[in-house]
Formats: sequence, C-alpha cells, structure tokens
Amino acid sequence: MTGLSIRGLTLSIGDKRGATPILRGIDLEIPAGRVTGLAGESGSGKTMTGLAVCGLQPAGSQVGGVVELHSDRVQVPNLLSLRSSALNRVRGREVAMVFQDPTASLHPMISIGGQLTDHMRFHLGLSRRDARARAVDLLQRVHVPHAADALDRYPHQFSGGQLQRVAIASAIACDPGVLIADEPTTALDVTVQAGVLRLLRELCDDLELAVLLVTHDLGVMSAVADTIAVMHRGEIVEHGDRYQVITEPRSEYTRSLIESLPDTPPPGAAFVPDDADADQEGATDAR
Amino acid sequence: MPAELVFDDVAVTYRQSGRAELRAVDGVSITLAPGEVLGLVGESGCGKSTLARAACGLEPLSGGNIRFGGEPVPRLRMLARPARLRRIQMVFQNPYASLNPRRRVGSQIEDGRRAAGGSAPSIAELLADVGMPADAMSRYPHEFSGGQRQRIAIARALAASPDVLIGDEPIASLDASLQAKVATLMRDVAAKRNASLLFISHDLSVVRMIADRIAVMSAGRIVELGTAEEVWARPKHAYTRRLLASIPIADGLGRLPKV
Amino acid sequence: MSSETAVSDTLGTKTPAWKRRRRPLLPRAWRRPMAIVGVVIVLAWLVIAIFAPLIAPYNPLAQSFTPLQAPNAAHWFGTDVLGRDELSRVLYGSRISLPLSLVLVVCSMLIGSVLGAIAGYFGRVVDEVIMRIADLVFAFPTIILAMIVAASLGPSLLNAVIALLLVSWPNYARVTRSLVLGARQQEYVVAGRLMGAGVFRSLGRDVAPNVVAPIFVLATLDFGNAILLLSGLSFLGLGAVPPTPEWGAMVSDGVQNFSQWWLATFPGIAIFSVVVAFNFIGDALRDALDPRTAEAVSGVSI
Repeated sequence: MTGLSIRGLTLSIGDKRGATPILRGIDLEIPAGRVTGLAGESGSGKTMTGLAVCGLQPAGSQVGGVVELHSDRVQVPNLLSLRSSALNRVRGREVAMVFQDPTASLHPMISIGGQLTDHMRFHLGLSRRDARARAVDLLQRVHVPHAADALDRYPHQFSGGQLQRVAIASAIACDPGVLIADEPTTALDVTVQAGVLRLLRELCDDLELAVLLVTHDLGVMSAVADTIAVMHRGEIVEHGDRYQVITEPRSEYTRSLIESLPDTPPPGAAFVPDDADADQEGATDAR
Repeated sequence: MPAELVFDDVAVTYRQSGRAELRAVDGVSITLAPGEVLGLVGESGCGKSTLARAACGLEPLSGGNIRFGGEPVPRLRMLARPARLRRIQMVFQNPYASLNPRRRVGSQIEDGRRAAGGSAPSIAELLADVGMPADAMSRYPHEFSGGQRQRIAIARALAASPDVLIGDEPIASLDASLQAKVATLMRDVAAKRNASLLFISHDLSVVRMIADRIAVMSAGRIVELGTAEEVWARPKHAYTRRLLASIPIADGLGRLPKV
Repeated sequence: MSSETAVSDTLGTKTPAWKRRRRPLLPRAWRRPMAIVGVVIVLAWLVIAIFAPLIAPYNPLAQSFTPLQAPNAAHWFGTDVLGRDELSRVLYGSRISLPLSLVLVVCSMLIGSVLGAIAGYFGRVVDEVIMRIADLVFAFPTIILAMIVAASLGPSLLNAVIALLLVSWPNYARVTRSLVLGARQQEYVVAGRLMGAGVFRSLGRDVAPNVVAPIFVLATLDFGNAILLLSGLSFLGLGAVPPTPEWGAMVSDGVQNFSQWWLATFPGIAIFSVVVAFNFIGDALRDALDPRTAEAVSGVSI
C-alpha cells in the first residue's frame, strides 16, 4: 500500500546549551486515497510536522525518528536519513507540498507556465513542448478557466483562489503519491475555500493521493478529512475517525477545542427554496 | 450619554493609477443604535474595513455623510481628535501590530484613560474586565500571545469609555479556539458599558453568536440586513445564501461546503 | 475567565520574567570579536583624550627639539619641521578630533532626523520642501560642498564643523523619513490618534521609539566618516589653524615633507584606527538591532 508512515518523529530547536523540543515523538499513518487531518492551535507543532516530513525543518534543528515512504515507484525506508541530492529527487516528485499563502509560494516574476513546467522538466525529463501540454492538462484538472492562456500570465493577474489552484496544480504536476497541504485555505475567503476543499477531496479520490491536511479550522477538518489527528504541545493527543473525534472526543484537550467553537445550527435551516436557483438544498456530498 | 452612529449613503472611492476608480464603499446607509451589536460580514475586499475606518474619520468620503450623536464625523487630519469623537474606538485586526512594541501595556492603556478624561476605571479593573492579570500592565506586548494581546487592545479601547466600539476583523488572526471567546468578550464588555458594537468579520458563524443584527456586505454595498437569527436561518439575498452554504460546519459528517 | 487565559497561555509564555529581556540581542553584539576590538580602541582613545596632559611626554606646541628627527628613544614618533614632539601632538590631537566629530554627528543626527521625521509624518508640502532641499545637498559631492562652505566662512575648526553639518544632515533626514513612512501606517499609531493623541505626541511616543535604533546605528557608522571629513578639511587648510595639533592638518604637513615618513604615518594611523573602530561598533550594533542581518551574518537562516 502506498503512503507515508511517520514513526517517532522528534524535532528540537536550540543551541548546545539547551534545546527546545518542538515535536515529541509523532506517530502518524498517511494512507493513500485518504485525507489525514492534523489539527491543533498555533504553536502546537502541526506545521513543523509537515515541514519536517519534507526535510524542510529550520536550520539548527535536530530531527529524529523515521518517515517511511511507499509508492509504486520507490520505497524509501527513511526520508530523514536521505542526503540532500537524494531528497531533492523525492521532494516535489513523490512528496509535494501546498502552503498557506499562494501569493508567497509562487514566484512573482515568472509566468505560471514557467513555474509549472520547470520542475516537470527536472523531475520527469520532459521536453519543453510536452511539459507545456501537460501543464495545460493540469490547469484544467484543477479547474482554472482558460488554461492555455493562463500559462502565459503572471501570479498577480490571478485571484487568491485561482492562485491556490495553480499551486495545487504545481504540486501534483509530477504525479506524487503524497500531498502535504499546510493551511491551504486559511488565507482564502469562505466561498473560495469551499471550491479549493472540493478540489482537494476530488484529487485525493481520483489520484489516490495520500493527503496530509494541516489546519487549525475544525470546520474544514470535518468537511474533508477522513481521520483527524489532534496535536498539542508537540504530541498527538488523539487520532481517530472524523466523526468520532468531533462528536465524541476522547481526550480532554480535543474536547476543550471543540467546546470553544461557536455553537452553530446548520445555516439556512429554515430556508425554504422558493425559486429554481436554490439548488438541491442540504445535498450531502457522497464522497 | 450614548449616541447613535449613522451612515447616510456613504461612499468611499479610491483612485487607482492607470485603472478605473474603485468604489470601495458604494452608498451604504445603516444606523448603529445605542447599545446595539451589529455584525458586518463580507468577503475580503467587499469594503467592510473601509467602512469601519471611515467611521473613525480615517477615510475620505466621496459621498454621503457619517453622523455621530447628530453631528458629522470629520476626517482625522493634523489636529488631535476632539473629545466627542474619542467615544468611537476601534480594535484592530492584527494584535501584533496594534500595540506599540516599545511601550509598557499599562502606559498604552493609560492613553485610553486620558482620552476619556478621568472618568474611566483603573487599569487593573480594565485588565480584569478582559480577563488579564493586573501585573500585565508593567510588561511589554511581546511577552504576550496573540489572544492576550487582543485582550489588551480591547482593554485599551475600553479605557476611552467608548459609546461605539468597532472591531475591525478582531478575531481573524486568532486561533479558532479563541475566536468565539474573544468575540463574546467584546460583546460582553461593550454591553456592560452600554456601548454599541460594530463587529466586522468574515466569519458569519461567529458573528451570528454575538450580534443582534447582521449586515451582509458585497462589492461595497449592503445586500442584506436583518436580525441575526433571520439572516442565519432565512437568508433572502442570493449572496448571503451562497456565503452560508460555503461555511464548513464542524459536525463530523464530512459534508463538503457548496461552491 | 481563568480557563480562557489558560488556553491562550498554551502559546508558551512560560519563560520566567527575568529571562525575558526587552532587547535580548544587545549583549550578543559585544561578544563579536570585531566589536570588542572597536570598543577597546575607542575606549583607549577616550582615555588618551581625557588624560593627554598626563600621558604626553612633551608640550605639543613647544618647538624645543631638533627638527625632523626620525623616531628614536626620546621621541617615539620623531619630531616635525618646527621641532615639536610628534607623539605628543598625535595624543593631543585626539582632544580636537573626537569631541568635534561627536558634536558634528550628534547635531547632524538631531537636525536630520527631526526634519526627516516631520517630512515623513506630515507628507505633502512639508515633505516636498524638506526633501527637495535635501536633494539639493545630495546633488553635490559631500567634500566639495563642505569645502565651498568652509572656504566662504573662513578657515577655523568651528566653521569646518558648521560646513560639515550643512552637508551631512540630509543623510539622516532621508533614512528617518523612510522609517517614519513605514512606522506611521502601523495600527498602534492609528490607535494612538484615535485616543486623541496630537500629531507631535503621536510622533514622539508611538513613532520615534520604533525608529531610533537604525538611526543610532547610522550615527555610529557615520562617526568615522565625520572624523575623516574633519581631517580632510584640515588637510586642505580649511579646518584647524596652525599650530593646533589636528590629525588632518598633521598629515597635510607630513605630505609636504614626503621623505620624513613618520610625519604623515602616525596621525594617519590615529585617524585610521578611530574610523575602523567606529565601523566595527556600528556594524555590530546594526547586526544586533536588526535580526535579519544578524541571522544572515551568522549563517543561521536557511
């Protein structure tokens, strides 16, 4: 089975005199075709987990533990022990990342096409023309309108939601097995967020991606994650099925997180559709 | 004496070099009654923050007028803000930028008390009101977390004994677990002092909890205005419906929000 | 309420109060070897300037020795054309160069940063007027403009300082203006205005404390420059008047007697050591006060 398994991941930052532990032994399975949610407050270490898995931990930090990668193409017993050249071949090819702020993660002076085709040519060895054709397919895949024209445009010409789609396209360009999405919708408006979440779910299902979704928003978790792991002070305090974690949390900390959320009845509950444009009210998305 | 804040056909226009004018706020008429909690929701760029800044005299109006207690709110320029207008206070979005890093918390709250002209409660009482210990006053902002800083910013605004408290996305940069708490705190402290609260947020589910009325803003206009329950349960405008449908609810059912 | 603060406390303010410093990076500046060298040199010159009459072996103005002696046991730095002890003159020279440079730097920093802050905060017409005057000064090479002003005022150390003041304030004005432009947009400045702070109160309490650090660094780096410029004017005969033992003027004398190498070398070394020392200190201060350069220098980031 493809996917990523993290065992005993530790990370500490500090100098010779005193190291501050950031991650205190993370165990997490990220299976293919499933969205694994990683929730927690700021400072809990959830983002650092995502970065450390990709070997992007901050300089001067010590990482320990095992991150095992299985896919159809490669078996890596421990990503953390790879040298940087080997890691570069895996990162972006087998394990891809999407960050919070698409305006910061895309180069402002290089056209979308340039950014999409660059690493395809590096990782897949495609010709310029093939890479471009594939880039158009990718943009269509993430539902960016006018994909062919979009290639020649620059990041500032897109809205935040479209840019995040481009960033996702760039992440899945080399057909990776694992996608790490760090707060991918936090910088987006709620109506735009809905579209990006749907896209993530769709990609996970269609491409059999193993998705690690890092977010502090339990609403987002509840919408797309299959299982939810809750982090607190560098440890996973609870990991379980989405419904169980949100409705019957086992740990005290998770309970306090959920209790702090606004108590919301479903919106538009008493809304009676009186015209045609109010489409299938309350339709659940059978994923 | 509490006074009402009236927006009358307010318009704010930005001139952009080389492009058409941007009407950030386009004819907004709304009244904030004394003691009322009004939630203003909308997506980024809809003009809700511009409207809040205009109420403080921080934006030039290109049309209409804003009145507070019957008198117009002029633009804040070189002159110090007159005492009458100091009764409108604002809590900003970014708790990391809204407190002066080089001044002690107490001294910054003292600014607010001075604005109120001596009638304000003590710094310790203000800090207690927002759930902070009194010894916070002798410390510097960087010693506090984002949520704590936002509480301090609220205490500072309260120190000026405002009749109108404006929160410009005060919860947007806080952890999810703190958002509801800080929003409720703002409502409670405003209610305790009989002040009205204009609470601006993009998060309708939090606004619904604390607001008496909700105004939904889109592209510079208010598209829907009603009581919180009405807007939440029986949205009339198509945009409001879309906004509501796209909120992901933490119910564990795995329902994807609608686009 | 207590449970609420408990949640926000999880973000880690657990460091005990005594460990948290307001500017924790400052002490580290003095741990850098170059900064230590700079401080030692400056302190040494300070001691020399204060105790020159006790340290100097002879009267710097007494023409009582055989002229143009090479350095020897009695006259470590040799003697000059008029038979004065070169060592005594170099030591006494510090009493002229150091205080005058300090006055120059402090005054141009004050004038420049106040004007720059006003330009940046008020903007519009005030900004235009102040910054166009600054541009006017910038349009000329510093030393040439200073020479013209000093020459028209007549040669004296005071006139040299005034001339240099006129040409050096725009530097501070430009830096301060850009810092204030950034700082005045901060939410805490707006909040202060909403509390009823007038513009000058806002500038003084909310803006100024957050921009002084870089200006202070600039002044430290500028100190060496001030000494160079003062010496330069004296070298050109527009500053110190003979027989004042001023370093620049001494170098100038030495250049006229080129074969007597010691005449120009020792005052030259004095100028060099002070300039380098202040540059070391200024660099260390900048790194300490600006975490970005500090990281780049120590290679921690990325």
